[in-house]
Amino acid sequence: MDYLAHIGVLIAVYSILAVSLNMVAGYTGFLSLTHAGFYGIGAYVGALMSLHLHTPLLITLAVAVSLSGILGVLLALPALRLRDDHFVITTFAFQIILVSFLTNWTSITGGPMGLAGVPHASLFGWNLSTQTDYLIVTAAVAAFAWGISSRIEKSPLGRVLKSIREDDRLAASAGKNVALFKILIFAVSACVASTAGVLYVHYITFVDPSNFTVMESIFIVSIVILGGAGSLWGPVLGAVVLVTLPELLRFVGIPSAAAANIRQILYGLALVACMLWRPQGLIGEYAFGRAEKQK
Amino acid sequence: MTSLAGAQSLTKHFNGVVALADFSYTVAEKEILGLLGPNGAGKTTLFNVLTGLLAPDSGDAKFKGTALLCQPVHKIANMGIARTFQNLRLIRRITVLENVLLCFKNQPGENLLNVFFRPGLCRRHEAVIREKATELLLTAGLADKANDLADNLSYGQQKLLSLLCCLAADAELLLLDEPVAGIAPEMAERILAIIADLPNQGKSAIVIEHDIDALKGIAHRMIFMDAGRKICEGVPDEVLNDPRVIEAYLD
Repeated sequence: MDYLAHIGVLIAVYSILAVSLNMVAGYTGFLSLTHAGFYGIGAYVGALMSLHLHTPLLITLAVAVSLSGILGVLLALPALRLRDDHFVITTFAFQIILVSFLTNWTSITGGPMGLAGVPHASLFGWNLSTQTDYLIVTAAVAAFAWGISSRIEKSPLGRVLKSIREDDRLAASAGKNVALFKILIFAVSACVASTAGVLYVHYITFVDPSNFTVMESIFIVSIVILGGAGSLWGPVLGAVVLVTLPELLRFVGIPSAAAANIRQILYGLALVACMLWRPQGLIGEYAFGRAEKQK
Repeated sequence: MTSLAGAQSLTKHFNGVVALADFSYTVAEKEILGLLGPNGAGKTTLFNVLTGLLAPDSGDAKFKGTALLCQPVHKIANMGIARTFQNLRLIRRITVLENVLLCFKNQPGENLLNVFFRPGLCRRHEAVIREKATELLLTAGLADKANDLADNLSYGQQKLLSLLCCLAADAELLLLDEPVAGIAPEMAERILAIIADLPNQGKSAIVIEHDIDALKGIAHRMIFMDAGRKICEGVPDEVLNDPRVIEAYLD
């Protein structure tokens, strides 16, 4: 039971991350390789605040969200002047910088050793401790994140974002301030991603930089693309599939030493297969990277 | 007639190729100005300069007394200039109706805070523009396609849709780049009728078109340009009988 709840928590955490990336990559059409970075910011803010200040969950979340939002805007300002591949490279660089920060700023982040003994979260006097407690809270936050993403998708704002994805010049010619919309959605996306970090660090009670490397960013991208970029449920479905798939491997009796590598191969294969045969993902409509770009 | 927009001495070179050379024009309120000229005469370049997609090397352009140059594309659009593109740009993977809706100005639902904190306002405004958009589609005869993807329309219907988008934007000046080139005669009729009706709604247009007969039917005034220069200007009959125009078109 606890094991199932644990898988549930992971699915919820990755759903939050995928839903947040989907706003940028799916609706607006630019791929970001820095979402593990915002996830990490959430995790470190969560760890530091609860270790040193013993803040309740809601306050930690508020601080993490604000900080990520600000960093999101700061990153978006220069990066969004670039298009397509150049944008991806810039977010990649930001991701690398962030991890080196976490690894080397030993006095605050504990460096590669990380921070241990992060206390469990408390929410209105309720001390979360069991897997089930965390499942309830992370699932609630994931539902909230999904609600935000759904509300945006169905609004006129969502229509503008999709028009930017399809043809940003035309969107500008229709009077839309493309740069502003891009910065806005990037910031919202960063805010949402950071909540996943806060929840995760309270749950695991430990944090180190290895969880937030570019591999993690690629994993989040894989979830979104496999599930279906641009669709509402795609990222959630992607998270369910990519989190449970490697768990199933355990039951086939593959030695744990090989399992980790097989998992990486599996992710890679899933991504390649998806790009080749089903670029719109399992349930998506929008074929990622196949936009008919009109110059 | 009062002048709505104009430009003085616009000049633009692309790597030594002249696209616009000392080009000036004005367009009055409720006037349809036809723009004629062989391929490469600089007609589309002019549109790109006027809408902020290209910066000219020198010159000056105004719209309702405000300087246009050096303004970002979206600001110029919001001042009241809408355009269509020669190579037909539409948001292809959203529906026909959504394409029209997208072009309405000042939508509260495009503001993130409104989306979450004033959903009622957004919904009401959306209902209003949805009604207007449906009406536009109805009058243009595209209502039955409203929920199809824009990509699934025929070429002529797509051109019609891009014109409807300019109407939805409620722009005072429409820049139409070959609105009827390459489409079936009856669809061309429909499009030309909409353009001819623009002055009645207080709007002006500059129309680029190679189909001289079509242009003659709607334009109040014409400019013939070649190699970035204005060759002649006047009422349609005058321009079309100018020996330089005859030479360019009949040779």
